[in-house]
Amino acid sequence: MTSSNNTDTRLMTGNEACAEAALVAGMRFFAGYPITPSSEIAEVLARKLPSSGGVFIQMEDEIGSIAAIIGASLAGVKAMTATSGPGFSLMQENIGYAAMTEVPVVIVNVQRGGPSTGLPTLPSQSDVMQARWGTHGDHPVIAVVPSTVYETFVWTIKAFNFSEQYRVPVIVLLDEIIAHINEKITIPAHDELAIIDRTLSSQPPESYLPYKNTPSGVPLFAGFGTGYRYHVTGLCHDETGFPSSNARIVEELYLRLNRKIDQHRNDIIEYQTLDLDDAEICIVAYGSSARSAQRAVRIARQDGIKVGLFKPFVLWPFPGEELAELTRKAKTIIVPEMNLGQIAHEVSCATRKDVVSVNRVDGTLITPQEIVKRIYDVQV
Amino acid sequence: MFRYEYYLRNKHFPHIWCTGCGCGIILKSLLRAIDRSALSKDEIALISGIGCSSRTPGYVDFNTLHTTHGRALAFATGLKLAKPDLKVIVVSGDGDATAIGGNHFIHTARRNIDITAIIYNNHIYGMTGGQASPTTPLGKRGSTAPYGSIEPDFDISGLAIAAGASFVARSTCYHAVQLDKFIEKGLSKKGFSLIEVLSPCPTYYSRPNRLGTAVDMMRWYKENSIPFARAKDMSAEERRDKVITGILHDIERPEFCEEYKRLTERVKGT
Repeated sequence: MTSSNNTDTRLMTGNEACAEAALVAGMRFFAGYPITPSSEIAEVLARKLPSSGGVFIQMEDEIGSIAAIIGASLAGVKAMTATSGPGFSLMQENIGYAAMTEVPVVIVNVQRGGPSTGLPTLPSQSDVMQARWGTHGDHPVIAVVPSTVYETFVWTIKAFNFSEQYRVPVIVLLDEIIAHINEKITIPAHDELAIIDRTLSSQPPESYLPYKNTPSGVPLFAGFGTGYRYHVTGLCHDETGFPSSNARIVEELYLRLNRKIDQHRNDIIEYQTLDLDDAEICIVAYGSSARSAQRAVRIARQDGIKVGLFKPFVLWPFPGEELAELTRKAKTIIVPEMNLGQIAHEVSCATRKDVVSVNRVDGTLITPQEIVKRIYDVQV
Repeated sequence: MFRYEYYLRNKHFPHIWCTGCGCGIILKSLLRAIDRSALSKDEIALISGIGCSSRTPGYVDFNTLHTTHGRALAFATGLKLAKPDLKVIVVSGDGDATAIGGNHFIHTARRNIDITAIIYNNHIYGMTGGQASPTTPLGKRGSTAPYGSIEPDFDISGLAIAAGASFVARSTCYHAVQLDKFIEKGLSKKGFSLIEVLSPCPTYYSRPNRLGTAVDMMRWYKENSIPFARAKDMSAEERRDKVITGILHDIERPEFCEEYKRLTERVKGT
């Protein structure tokens, strides 16, 4: 052994990193249904969970998968599922249920081309709006968008932390490229990783109110079968958990559900910038597209073009205010994404700048050259 | 001494069910069976989907979970696997369990996971106003079958047996004493146990089908139910339009949570 004996360096894919990170985060319940390009996450966990004191179950469909992880999470166990577009569509109703009942769960969506069966083996970023608005109703959600295998590891753990801390469904948006690319990663030592668990009630069961507001807006959790007998329903409910259609109570519930994310958005939002200080052109890119964008910035900078990159790790809540501030001096914003402009629209709303889209919906990665070309186009 | 009040969330009454509905009869039977089984309130989780019967969990003092339409068994599967020492009971209606939840129904039975499901079969979607369900008998009316249903109906118990349940019984709201025993047996059975209960819906099933009042429905159950032991020797013609009651199926099969535990021991051992 050399000096690297304190570090754990491995070659792995994004799907493998996601599964490994979930175990590090303390995930001990996985329910899923086979779907390309996410299946390796289930396969890794089918091998590892039984010896890690956890449960792996292959359910009959994606609706059952998310239902099962919500059930498991109510027992106090960190739970996850992984899928791709068609399965993500099927899960939407119960994602709303998790949001409404404030049950922490993590849903990994390895994006592929859609709609419908689309391009099962090819990448896409076309579920970014579905991640935000896929289920019906006004509801809070957090979605993270790693762009490398290492980031997938780190942001899967953070997804669990967010989910536990705010009691919301958290969506990890990968795409086929990150899922299947092999990269060398050095796994952070476990004591360097912050692992957050949901805050448990210390109230006596008789006076426990499962949906009582707290200063953070997040109610205190009590696991099923731990002596706290309470009611959970997807119906609008009051702080006792029982159904209510009282206008004041209903409005309070919806506002609190959204406020608990809004008031913590500064703790949730994270992004990276590259050469943005003097940039006249700003590229906003996430996931796989950010890899090409980073290269494009380097190439264009060599030609003296003042271009920079804004790369969000958290897509929802959208870092609009931060982006607007950082691009105050920029003339143009370029948004490369493997869809027809879903985030470009969001960027346009947030910055009120001239936004140029670079889109691909043919199942191929946007290359650095395509972005460079657009940089030159807007430069003229 | 047994008191219903001990198990009920009394301040949440009156309940939402119509006069003459079978939901209250089944609820009381469930509570008597739980009491006889000497289960503590803390160790019971009662889970439901959507519909009239699915409002039951709100009224009882257990760990209670009112989920999405058709998915109760899938939520229950997750909870049971994550916390196997819980006694997990699912209450569901015919539409919830065998239409929108049909896939979860057959796969929960196939896995033979230790969950007790009580299916209230009133042949109709009551909550939404009397639409035809998969158990609306051929020719009977619902608001979406105004000329009579042209679809053959599901045999809920038969479906559970074919899919792999280890205990299946059928009773009616008239046979409340028998129902207590079946639920009690189901609760003590290791594996997936299913109790189908025929339940009157005087508001939305009896009325369009001119079947009379709730009392007439109870009389119909009384007069048209045949014990399974006797029905076995009857011809198909004699059994037509009758309700076959009794323990229809009771076998020993490996239970899923135990099999999973065995798997983990095997994996750790190697």
